[in-house]
Amino acid sequence: MSARLTNRAVEVDRKPMTFLESIYLWNIMKGMGITISHLFKKKPTINFPEQTRTFSKVFRGLHVLNRDAEGRENCTACGLCAVACPAEAITMEAAERLPGEEDLYREEKYAAKYEINMLRCIFCGLCEEACPKDAIYLSQTFAPANYGRKGFIYKKEELLIPHPINEKEAYEKAVGDRATKK
Amino acid sequence: MYLLIIDWWFIIGKSILIAAIIGLSFFIAMYTTYAERKVAAWLQDRRGPNRAGPFGILQPLADGGKLFFKEEIIPLASNRFLFILGPALAMVTALVTSTVIPWAAPFVAKSGAVFPMQVADVDMGILLVFSVVSVGVYGIMIGGWASNNKFSLLAAIRGASQMVSYELPMGLALIAVLFMTGSLKMSAIVGYQIENGWNVLFQPLGFIIFFVCALAECNRTPFDLPEAENELNFGYHQEYSSMKLGFYLFAEYINMFISSAIMVTLYFGGYDIPFVNEASWGLSSFWMTFVSFSVMMAKVSFFIFVFLWIRWTIPRFRYDQLMNLGWKKLIPLALINMLITAAVILYLKK
Repeated sequence: MSARLTNRAVEVDRKPMTFLESIYLWNIMKGMGITISHLFKKKPTINFPEQTRTFSKVFRGLHVLNRDAEGRENCTACGLCAVACPAEAITMEAAERLPGEEDLYREEKYAAKYEINMLRCIFCGLCEEACPKDAIYLSQTFAPANYGRKGFIYKKEELLIPHPINEKEAYEKAVGDRATKK
Repeated sequence: MYLLIIDWWFIIGKSILIAAIIGLSFFIAMYTTYAERKVAAWLQDRRGPNRAGPFGILQPLADGGKLFFKEEIIPLASNRFLFILGPALAMVTALVTSTVIPWAAPFVAKSGAVFPMQVADVDMGILLVFSVVSVGVYGIMIGGWASNNKFSLLAAIRGASQMVSYELPMGLALIAVLFMTGSLKMSAIVGYQIENGWNVLFQPLGFIIFFVCALAECNRTPFDLPEAENELNFGYHQEYSSMKLGFYLFAEYINMFISSAIMVTLYFGGYDIPFVNEASWGLSSFWMTFVSFSVMMAKVSFFIFVFLWIRWTIPRFRYDQLMNLGWKKLIPLALINMLITAAVILYLKK
């Protein structure tokens, strides 16, 4: 034989099967031994809704609209995130802060409507980089399954982080690892 | 014709037994579908169904409910009568075979009346099983033919020829058992094994042949040619939908349960508890029946597991390989087994 790529190639055995081989019994038992050994192996599956995979700290998942320490929305509806977005997934409408709303919005202008289409979003994180007010960042969860397309258009209510003073526990849970990162 | 009170007791007792066995067959068939999916998953390092109820144990109910609510379609070009007869026949024959199997030690009431845990202890018990199984071929044949679909027809022809050819070595393997026990009665075969040890100890080759043929009779992998999805789309039940399809699928699992029970009865001592003399425990008759029934079920469950285990190990045979194995390998082996058994019995009797 001429030189081979590896020396592990085995010549194919084309001899006719003997009677014992042709009733397949021994080979079938060998195969059954292999399959039964898998019964005792560790299953790699993660039971998704109950268990979740741990993501790295830089994982870019669902968006969160940030509040400051007093619970006021950071976003001023400047539109830089929408401009930066390569998938054109972000839509917003601005509104002016009225007197008496100072504890709701940090600046004089705020986003009355803020929507992200999670089917368009490519989770690149450019909105996070573009934001001058530290108002939007990508969390460590991803969009859960939904029955219709409409369910994937996330409104402002779904994106806003819980209030840090009124809903402390939910807020800390939503912040997650990010709180320690700074 | 007048019925005596004792006859009424007989009729009531048998009716209860029949209802219990049919209920049990359905229950076990239901949970065999679940076990099939679970075992398949485990052997493939997956988890299997685990969403419907704890560990997914309500999955068979969900599947059955789905089948009930599906639209029922009878193709226009089909033969309507035979189309409906097919699944009915498959189901009936699957259930009828359970009549002659002794499920547990007979129950003796306080009055001394004996209730055998067997619907009918007919003298030609095992032959009845064989004849009913042969009729079972018609379920597949008629269903496949009446669908008026070339794939169904091909599958039906395959199924019929496969079942006919594998009945032969099965019968030959059985003859060796009958030589030893000297009776066709199922209860007598079990009684013989309780006294003289299990038949599998003296007939290992016969058992293997019988087991291989049982796989073929149930259309289980590696002999599932009638249902070869990648060659015949779906096999003989291609045109069936809703509960008629459910009947075919269910009949397959009931067949598996019954053939496991028959193998246990013929080769593994039926309801006999191994290694112990249960008569010395001094249990009441009720508990005796209960314990022996549990032992029977444990053995049957083991065989059902082996059926599943084989399905998820071995790929399907090619059609010519199937026929070669049946006619050229199993029949000579079964004949040799039969001759040796006969010679040994003759020698021992001398």
